[in-house]
Order: sequence, then C-alpha cells, then structure tokens
Amino acid sequence: MPIALEIISPEKLLLARDVDMVVIPGTEGDIGVLPGHSKLITGLRGGLVDIYEKNQVTDRFFVSGGFAEITESRIAVLADEIVPQADLDAGKAAEALAQAKAAYEAVNQNDTDAYREASDKLISAQAMVDAIAPGKAEK
Amino acid sequence: MPSLKSLRNRINSVKSTRKITSAMKMVAAAKLRRAQAQAEAARPYACRMGEMLAALAASEAGNPNASPLLVGNGKSQTHLLVAVTADRGLAGAFNANIVKTIRAKVKALEAEGKTVKVFALGRKGNDALRLEMKDKIVGTKNFVGKKGAGFADAEAVALELVRGFKAGEYDVVTLVYNHFQNVMVQKPTEQPLIPAAQPTANDNEMEHNYEVEPDDGSLLERLLPRNLAVQIYAALLDNNAGFYAAQMTAMDSATRNAGEMIKKLTLSYNRARQANITTELIEIIAGAQAV
Repeated sequence: MPIALEIISPEKLLLARDVDMVVIPGTEGDIGVLPGHSKLITGLRGGLVDIYEKNQVTDRFFVSGGFAEITESRIAVLADEIVPQADLDAGKAAEALAQAKAAYEAVNQNDTDAYREASDKLISAQAMVDAIAPGKAEK
Repeated sequence: MPSLKSLRNRINSVKSTRKITSAMKMVAAAKLRRAQAQAEAARPYACRMGEMLAALAASEAGNPNASPLLVGNGKSQTHLLVAVTADRGLAGAFNANIVKTIRAKVKALEAEGKTVKVFALGRKGNDALRLEMKDKIVGTKNFVGKKGAGFADAEAVALELVRGFKAGEYDVVTLVYNHFQNVMVQKPTEQPLIPAAQPTANDNEMEHNYEVEPDDGSLLERLLPRNLAVQIYAALLDNNAGFYAAQMTAMDSATRNAGEMIKKLTLSYNRARQANITTELIEIIAGAQAV
C-alpha cells in the first residue's frame, strides 16, 4: 500500500504522488515514513528528503527546513526552500555556509531568538554542503 | 471653431494615446493570467499551514503561557496597519481604495484613543500616505524594478513585524490589502495578523490527536512567524493579481473613451472641412458673377 506524498514550497506544489516510503530530516532525527504511520507533526532541519519506491531511492530533494504533517495515509512536507539534490550548486552552497558562519559568529548569544535562528541557518547551510559531497551524507 | 490643422493634431494625439492604452490593456491581461496562476500555486502551502496551525492552536486554548504571537500580549494600545498597495499606478481606484481604507481606519482607531502606526508595503501607498501621516509611517518596502514579490520578500517583512512586536513597538497588527474577487471587483480587506485567531473553547472539541515533535510550544514558536510570512505572501499575490485586473479594466475603459473622443473629433473635423469647401465655393461663384 503506497502513501500519498506532497512536497510543497511556499511558491508552489512541487510534487504529489504515491510512493512507498519517505525519509525526512526531522528536528529530532531522521524519520522514515511508511504507510500507516501514526499521526505526527514535526519540524524539519536542513537535510535530504529521500523518496523510496520498490526499495530504491527514486528522488532526492534538499530542504533547508520546514514542517511535515503525517497521517496514516499521507505525508505533507512544507519546505522553506527545496531543490532536487542534483541541482544543488557547490559554489553557492559554500557561499551560503560562509555567510551563515559569519552571521552565527556575529550574533549576540544572549538574544535567544536570533541565536537559535542563526544556528538553524548554519546547520541548514552545513547540510547543504554535505548533501552535495557524495558519500558524506549517506548513512 | 478650431482650425483644421489643430483638429487634425488632436485626432492624431488621441489616436496614439489609444494605441498605448490598448497595448497596456493587453500586457495587463497577460500579466493578470500569470499572477492568478501564481496565487493559485501558492494556495496548497497556505492551506496545509492553516490546518497545522489550527490543530496546534487548539491545544493551546486556555494556556496562559501561549505564544504572544498567537493570543496577543494582552494590550491593544498601539495598532500597526500594514497597507499593501501596488508599486505602479494607472489602475483606476485600486491604490486609492487602500489609502482611503487606511485613512478611515486611522481615524476610527484614534477616536478610540489608540496609537496608530502604518507600514506601507508598496510604493504607491507610501507616496500617498507620507504626505498626511508622515510621523505614523514606521516602515516601507517596495518591489520596484523586481519581477513581483517573492516569498523571501514576504518573509523579510514578517521578520521585521515579529521583531517590532517583540520589542513592544506595537500590540496589534492588521493587514489591509485588496482582495481579488474577480476581474471587476477588488475589495479592500482587513486581516488580523497579530494576534492570530484566538483559540476558543469550541476548538477544543476537535482537539488534534497528532504527536508533535519537538513539542507543541516550540513548534508553534517556529510555525507562527512562518505563518505570518505565508499570509503576507498570499496578500502580496492577491494584491498583484488585483492590480493587473484593475489596470486591465482601467485601460479598457480608457481605450473606449479614446475611441469615442476620436469619433467626436473626426465629426467636427469633417464639418469644418465641409464648411471650408462651401465658403470657398461661394467665394468662387460670387467672384464669377461679379465679372
């Protein structure tokens, strides 16, 4: 039995189809979602969304963060920013990482909101760099 | 009676005006279609986001420590009005309607003794409002020269609003924008942004049975600013579609008016020409008889 997957960015519905399994990068760790998963709402950290069909990864997307809503029969991934892994650009990723690092170091650690945001950005940028280097991001 | 030459000049000038307005109408129609498609494409995200928020907000009902973004900070002294207008004109009363709504709202709120601040999103609104309420405008942003507003722009605005709210610069935030009903009707609409809808006891009945990771509170903390950005983005897209619809309608009637004008001018031009010929004939006949 397949599970209905929707990947949605703020600008448009990116993908909607039935798949066998999805692995998403939750804030508390990666989550593999199979049909019949218990109802769950989770935040996402930066990382790769893997789509499995017939025990093989058919599509791989990089998300910079967002949310996912999971019910028994469907999963909706609300991504802040999403790109197919193949389209990631190493140069841009390195640049984003450098920017995030600078912002992280500049931020006032006592300002919890700004600090959390900067560290989220840093994690996401690091994940983007990792997602490009083959082998490194594989589990 | 104006001379033949001046009439001819006027006809030509109105004709070229008509060419311009009809070209603008076509361009607006094409852009309207694209803007509508864009607004349509953004709907699934907003829709799911709303569902998730409703589920989480319901569980926060009655919680005294609920996020101030959701339930407000307990005050309603300072209001911030976010006026969404287009960056360009030539769209009939489109921008003027928003300015009028803002003006009325400011008056009503001030009569209640509240302090009012305005954030002008869009160039035309800022141009119109800064003349009369310069001291009230706390910020402005426009997208002149850009290809419409992207989600990142909406997010930047949302972050700015959250920052101001947390710093206590205002207690209530309301979005005022033109809602695109159809091509003929764009309705100025007010939408409360902060506090987001107050969860009521009624919502509790449909309390969600989701597991939540990491937990309700911290997820809401992330979801609420995001939701703000989504709402602003939706309003910007709505505004964009409405603007092109208004421009199309305005240019359509301008084209029609120019056509009528040309008809009238051509009529008087022909009359003048005939009158000229008749006088000339009379002069020739009179001259021949005199010989």
